[in-house]
Amino acid sequence: MTNPTTAVGNNPIGESAEQIATNGGSGQVLVAPRQHLLDLDDLSAGEINDLLDSAEGMLEIASRDNRKTPAIRGKTIITMFFENSTRTRVSFEQAGKILGADVINVTSSTSSVSKGESLLNTVKTLQAMQIDALVVRHPHSGAPYFIANHTDASVVNAGDGTHAHPTQSLLDLFTVRNHIGDMTGKKIAIVGDILHSRVARSNILAFQKMGAEVTVSCPNTLIPDEWSLGSTLGDETGFGGLNLARNVDEAVDSADVVMALRIQQERQDGGHLPSLREYSDRWGINAKRMALANDGALLMHPGPMNEGVEISSEVAHGVQSVVEEQVRNGVAVRMAVLYTLCAPGKSTRIGNSDSNSGGEA
Amino acid sequence: MAARKLAITGGRVIDPAQGIDRVADVLISNGKIDEVTTGSTGRAPDGYEQIDASGKIVSPGFVDLHTHLRDPGQEWKETIVTGTRAAAYGGFTTISAMPNTDPVQDSAAVVDDVVRRSAADGLIRVLPIGAISIGQKGKHLSPMGELADSGVVGFSDDGNPVVDANLMRQALSYSVELRLPIINHAEDKKIGAGGVMSAGTVATRLGLAGVPAEAETAMVARDLYLADLTKARLHIPHISTVGSLAALRSAKEHGVDVTAEVTPHHLTLSDEWVYGLKGKVPLTVGSEAYDTNTKVNPPLRSRSDVDAVIDALSEGLIDIIATDHAPHAPTDKVCTYNEAAHGINVLETAFSSVFQLVDTGKISVVRLIESLTSGPAAILHKDLGSLKKGFYADVVVIDPGRNWIVNPDQFESKSENSPLTGVELTGRVVTTIYQGDTVFDLSDVVASAGAKQ
Repeated sequence: MTNPTTAVGNNPIGESAEQIATNGGSGQVLVAPRQHLLDLDDLSAGEINDLLDSAEGMLEIASRDNRKTPAIRGKTIITMFFENSTRTRVSFEQAGKILGADVINVTSSTSSVSKGESLLNTVKTLQAMQIDALVVRHPHSGAPYFIANHTDASVVNAGDGTHAHPTQSLLDLFTVRNHIGDMTGKKIAIVGDILHSRVARSNILAFQKMGAEVTVSCPNTLIPDEWSLGSTLGDETGFGGLNLARNVDEAVDSADVVMALRIQQERQDGGHLPSLREYSDRWGINAKRMALANDGALLMHPGPMNEGVEISSEVAHGVQSVVEEQVRNGVAVRMAVLYTLCAPGKSTRIGNSDSNSGGEA
Repeated sequence: MAARKLAITGGRVIDPAQGIDRVADVLISNGKIDEVTTGSTGRAPDGYEQIDASGKIVSPGFVDLHTHLRDPGQEWKETIVTGTRAAAYGGFTTISAMPNTDPVQDSAAVVDDVVRRSAADGLIRVLPIGAISIGQKGKHLSPMGELADSGVVGFSDDGNPVVDANLMRQALSYSVELRLPIINHAEDKKIGAGGVMSAGTVATRLGLAGVPAEAETAMVARDLYLADLTKARLHIPHISTVGSLAALRSAKEHGVDVTAEVTPHHLTLSDEWVYGLKGKVPLTVGSEAYDTNTKVNPPLRSRSDVDAVIDALSEGLIDIIATDHAPHAPTDKVCTYNEAAHGINVLETAFSSVFQLVDTGKISVVRLIESLTSGPAAILHKDLGSLKKGFYADVVVIDPGRNWIVNPDQFESKSENSPLTGVELTGRVVTTIYQGDTVFDLSDVVASAGAKQ
């Protein structure tokens, strides 16, 4: 039920040319109406840029004194979080409310899931209440895809297992674009638990799609077995062109963006790491390592941070850090996503909207 | 047992146990094989009913060493009645009953119940397999002698590997006197703990935790050394990795008393099926992905593993095909991939799916039929799986040119969990005869389906 949307050709595994709908080869992509946002892999660079352009306007709205708009008034959005989350859930709620939608929050501890209801029946129940969008966070990879097959509502993936986190990637792209502009050829270093990180997976694809060079660094226990440190992945992996640094210094060297990922205690407990102390010593991002990056390089973190583990307090709150900006941008980006999905038939550019409902924008 | 006299005429009779591959007539009376004629007259002798098999293949009924009947305990998934019907529709005339029922088949009482009800209610023959350990918990050996007296044809804790190497050693050693094989689901569950599919590119793209092939290989190697130590009979179920095959080859060359089976799905489906596009690799992951009907243990492996098990079956390194038929209800499969139960509904698609390997020239039809008939019968030490005079008249007629599209709605099995839904297959069992009785005839099924409309 995912829309047969357009896709650009830089995802290497492709074989179906009919999925690639370009406008006369000019590179401008015909944007089909989109029902769901499950991952960024089926969005073209053009579609992503449209969303980011839309988020520019949303950022302005979100910073007003009176930030309420009627853009999607009358729409009902449910956030359904089966994992703990503060920033992502609140960010979606804030985004929906600014746009005038009614936002209802469901968490697994307060839902019928705790009474043994299956995910299918939960979704069918919510579906029966005439909702417009379901924002889903789930510990199982693919859960939003499953839900999308069983509801007419738009589904937004707010993080599924170790698979994808597309709105995080959009806000990261938005943040980087605001500082750097064109990302072509820029070096993005991602340091952390690549194996278990949905942020890493989505961001690798997203930054590559925008023309950046992505390099990752982490202990060998935290990449898939079929990857090798010190190599560049081939197209058959689905992450073609991804550089796997031998060590963290190599990764951050001359980087334009350094992104540290949260390292979880359970990786130590699961035997992936000797200790968080050793991780911090060998892979933690600190001032010494940031000094290897390009002048003015951005330091990012999707949060929540373990200060003193994957990132030192000094740099986390230093001049290069854009961590708080990421959070602020998250609301704007999610406004753009919800607007795009909930206002069908409208341009993704809010400023170009021919509708009355988007009036204030 | 049917008193009728039956002549199956004019088909290409393939009976690997006798080295027969010729156009001939198969004559049956009193539920037993009378004769495979030297040539075909095309007519039935006087007093014989005739099945015209010209243009078709006539084979011994298939024998399955690995069937989950779910009865007793999970009758909403399958029962002895529906499971044996599904088997007959797939060309099987003998199946086994894996012991992971509820209660577990770890006592004579439970096994006797399965045997009794199978004889009364089953459409075809059911041979029970007993548990290796009490409750399949891997702590204490089951009463293996008592189970053998009740007629079990082997021992398995299937689904649960025997983790404790010493218990495995003792089970092997104890089974020697009983002359029955130990069938251990080989998987080191600590390697790749939490994994839900085969590790590799597909798992990485889908963000699903992967189980490396080595989780199987490591325990297969252990079991082979223990079989060598104890001089026991080891049967390796659903072998699926290149590494396991290397260990198996080495052990066989060393004289270890070992046999191995491979499933139809490990012969025909790779991990790329988890993308939900019938093996095609998509440009982007769509909502058809995470097809829970592809979740099975051992997991669907890489294409190179698939190619390797085909070659190994063809050359005889892998002895037989066994289905690992594992029916599951929708509540076990209409859910996230992590939540989904392991297992594929196989009996009714088994022959047709592996017959594609004949059509593509990867295996000979004689070897394929051997791996479904005399091969498993030899492991069971039973007079089955052949058209020898005096054997039970278990016969299947196969139409090698018959096309059909898999539709689990039409399965005789109680469950529908097949990743082959909508796939077109060529070559199908059209008639199954069990002890001289016709237990399945496709023309009847087609006629009754037409009558419903």
